[in-house]
Amino acid sequence: MDDYSNTCPLSQKQLLDDYFMDHRAQLLALAAFLDRFERSNLRNAETDFRIEAFKEALHLLVGPGPERARRVQLVMSDQNLDLLDVRDSQSAYGAPVHPAPAHPHDEQEGAQ
Amino acid sequence: MNYIDLHAHMISRTTDDYHRMALTGCVAVTEPAFWSGRDRLGPLAFADYFDHLTTFEPARARQYGVAHYTWLCLNPKEGEDRELARQVLALIPEFLDRPTVLGIGEIGLNRVTRNEMATFLDHVELALEHHQLIHIHTPHLEDKYKGTKVIVEALARDPRIDPARVMVDHAEEHTAPMILEHGFWTGFTLYPRTKASPARALDMIEMYGPERLCVASACDWGESDPVAIPEFILQARRRGHGDLLIEQMVYGNPARFLSQSPKFKLPRPGVAVSTD
Repeated sequence: MDDYSNTCPLSQKQLLDDYFMDHRAQLLALAAFLDRFERSNLRNAETDFRIEAFKEALHLLVGPGPERARRVQLVMSDQNLDLLDVRDSQSAYGAPVHPAPAHPHDEQEGAQ
Repeated sequence: MNYIDLHAHMISRTTDDYHRMALTGCVAVTEPAFWSGRDRLGPLAFADYFDHLTTFEPARARQYGVAHYTWLCLNPKEGEDRELARQVLALIPEFLDRPTVLGIGEIGLNRVTRNEMATFLDHVELALEHHQLIHIHTPHLEDKYKGTKVIVEALARDPRIDPARVMVDHAEEHTAPMILEHGFWTGFTLYPRTKASPARALDMIEMYGPERLCVASACDWGESDPVAIPEFILQARRRGHGDLLIEQMVYGNPARFLSQSPKFKLPRPGVAVSTD
């Protein structure tokens, strides 16, 4: 793994002074989303592939080691390099799943 | 600061956006052919689209002193239809001589299927046959890693491909290193939700260095920002980077890549560029 230490030109103190509030808000949004998920009136996706990938990625955030963004990306990626025989849907889901279900947003998203 | 937006789907944007881009320093855009949000009804729809990209958009941009260039292809989302791909590929050569066409793009993969791969390779052959630059779309979200790896390895195996003439776009943390290692140009597209934010693009520039890296808005009909590059410039300054590095990212690097096409005229600060 490459060593990227000292590549950010700001000090840790400057990073906190300038960006802590932004990321505090993002952290709370994430916490509230997980609370909302648990409060749902229909618990029909407890083991959905997206929430499973989400939880796995959250462990990486609090664990040791560099390149958390790259490692989270890999958790959210399909690493099977086989080509699909036919297209299963027009849009991606955000986390890997096989076989893929019908995509809920196929008619609404997918700009390049 | 003047900038070049190397990836902007202006057909989806209003004239107000050209105005805002010009006000914030945009001197040139390049517009890859892409998916309109629905599959087109047949090859004639593409002929009309290519004509629009090479006539109406340059004229609209010129009113604001912005040079407009384009790339042509059948986009990856429609690449599954091999018959349509054959028909559209047959249409493209008649447009390649138009003065604002820089190359073939944005070609690539969407769900990473066998048909998409065959259509992608057909486009690569067309680009080689006509000595065109290549602009590549890498897939979205969970498909990005595998799609980028398949594309990069296929191109790297072909000795006819000069990586310096290929831009692999929509790179992120898990794909940028493999693209750069193979010698290709690498693009970061600044999207509000998917792809790379300005802050994350800056992180990657800090980690990988500025060589062969570009940033672009990739603004289109979806949730996107036509002035994402000025936002990137602002965040880079807040991060403590000097104008030399920032200008390399938003002007020097894209100009270096695009100048490999003899049709690309380097915009000079304060001078409107005619692409006639």
